Amino acid sequence: MDDFLIFDGISKSFSNHKVLDNVSLTVKKGEIFSLLGPSGCGKTTLLRICAGLEEPDSGRIILNGEDITDLSPNKRQVNTVFQNYALFPNLSVFDNIAFGLRISGMKESGIKDEVYKYLEMIQLTDHARKKPDKLSGGQKQRVAIARALINKPKILLLDEPLAALDLKLRQRMLVDLDNIHDEVGITFLYVTHDQSEAMSLSDNIAVLNEGLVEQVGTPTQIYEAPRTSFVAAFIGDTNFFEGDVIEVNEPYSTLHIEDFTDVLVYNDKKIRKGDRVYLSIRPEKFTVTLQKPQLPESYNIVKGKVEEIIYLGYHTKYWVRVNEYLIETKRLHDRYMLDEKMITWGDEVWLSWHADYCYMLEQYNMEDEALLTLPDEEIMAEIESESGEDE
Amino acid sequence: MSLQGLKKRKSEVLISVSPMGWLFIFFVIPTFLVIAMAFRSADPYGGIGEQWTLNTLKDLRNPNYPLIIWRTVWLSIISTAICILTAIPAAYYISRIKKKYQDIILLFIIVPFWINFLIRIFAWKVFLHPEGMFKQLLVTLHISGPDSLLLYRPEAVLVVIVYSYLPFALLPIYASAEKFDFHLMEAAYDLGAGRLQAFIRVFIPGIRQGLLTAIIVVFIPALGSYVIPDIVGGPSAEMIGNKIAQRTFIDRNLPHASALSAILAFAVIIPSALALTRRFFKEKNSGSLGI
Repeated sequence: MDDFLIFDGISKSFSNHKVLDNVSLTVKKGEIFSLLGPSGCGKTTLLRICAGLEEPDSGRIILNGEDITDLSPNKRQVNTVFQNYALFPNLSVFDNIAFGLRISGMKESGIKDEVYKYLEMIQLTDHARKKPDKLSGGQKQRVAIARALINKPKILLLDEPLAALDLKLRQRMLVDLDNIHDEVGITFLYVTHDQSEAMSLSDNIAVLNEGLVEQVGTPTQIYEAPRTSFVAAFIGDTNFFEGDVIEVNEPYSTLHIEDFTDVLVYNDKKIRKGDRVYLSIRPEKFTVTLQKPQLPESYNIVKGKVEEIIYLGYHTKYWVRVNEYLIETKRLHDRYMLDEKMITWGDEVWLSWHADYCYMLEQYNMEDEALLTLPDEEIMAEIESESGEDE
Repeated sequence: MSLQGLKKRKSEVLISVSPMGWLFIFFVIPTFLVIAMAFRSADPYGGIGEQWTLNTLKDLRNPNYPLIIWRTVWLSIISTAICILTAIPAAYYISRIKKKYQDIILLFIIVPFWINFLIRIFAWKVFLHPEGMFKQLLVTLHISGPDSLLLYRPEAVLVVIVYSYLPFALLPIYASAEKFDFHLMEAAYDLGAGRLQAFIRVFIPGIRQGLLTAIIVVFIPALGSYVIPDIVGGPSAEMIGNKIAQRTFIDRNLPHASALSAILAFAVIIPSALALTRRFFKEKNSGSLGI
């Protein structure tokens, strides 16, 4: 597959505040490409530049080999699903979807067949005559998607399309969106701040932070091999460590981490003795046991004390104190024995993990640690989302 | 209907009794009295006679009236059209600028109201007067001949009506435009509409309510104009309002004035009633289709 949409060195400032700083990205034909980042990272601005609603200060946009940077929005073969849907309130569902075709001067008889085709796709044929204010959020969303897709755009832009929906509906719409994408085969450019949305939907994700691209990759690459501390902290949870290389071997080297222990790590980056290295280890990579486990040499083992426990049904989170470090771990209950001795607050436990599970970061920024949620806040957030899922 | 529904119904009725009663006593009854008066004979001392008669209606066949009614209607229609067409782009731009500048502009629109209406109209008379500054300027610039008149002609009335009612058209249209969701314009561009298409297909329907208010607020007072044609119009630009005043104060023929007022009232009531019933049926129809 060749490069279909190219952002080449896009920069944009709003009143001296740099929103996008020399952003270059390539989107392949037919894929779902997500722009993921916290609010204010410039992802929506990049999408609006692609739609032509915003002009870049510098840089080019190339769509299917054609430079569209200077085209006005109505001349671009690009359609947008807006965050607030932006359905025309005075027009019925039918007329909303027909809007683009009418503008293009299509015959009314042809419009009817075409609109009903899309109404069937979004399963709203019975609602054709309703005004948008009579529809539910999910229905409005589907109308907005049909209204954009009916113009057969080369690329469909989606600006936080699920942000206004509740959790349950969001999950169903995610499946619907995926099905629609499979059906029409149009390239999707998807903007979201929700990592789980991006992970479940995308072929490729670009993580943006303060106008810069932090990393581009598949969901697995981004989760398992974050390039920077920002990506590691923003996508899922993680634990950060800072250490010095004391011994270099193949394939595992040893780091000395102050206040922790000497850690065996896989050489996924080139390192030399004496280098300062930053590590990310995901909570689910740790194994928590009450007895010291007997493990091969390629495993790391450290002793700590359980400080906080959150039982979440399918898994439990433990925060384990090892000197200065409070380490977040996750344990799945795939073989939960009721007669098993439970790990409780204050227990001394052993944390073990394989050297392959440590991932070295190329860039590290102290401030990114603020993105990691502390246990107490975590409890509230988890309880909220869990109860939402149970409904 | 549930008991609660009935209770709600009851309180709704109670709440609407007083304004409805007010409207009935001070609007509906006087309107019917005015219409009824048209069928009474005039008494020579300016009062109303005892007998019922159709003579007043026959008097309306005065050959001057069709001309004056026609002038009243076209002056009102054209001035309303000019007000609306000027106010739409103005409201569009005002609602697009920063809020603090919006407030300043709105203040400028309202400032003229601090001066009495009569004085402002009289100022126009001075302004357009043959000896006035504006006329002299036009003569000096050889745009206008020294003998032609700016004042005392229908065009002068038109200009002053537009001047007087433009703010009344602008304010409701601005109120709608300010609430308008400009993301809809972006959606229209995104779907292939040019600037003009988006303006006509999305912005205009979006401010429909404001436009309707503006039309009513300008057209109805324009139809009933009396002071403006009286001061800047003169006999060659009389409107029906002047005739009503003339019959009341000079001829002291109240039945005749009533008949003219009734014509004016019907000119407003009949189209509004038609529009309302059409809307009522349209809503009913769309309701039954939208299952």
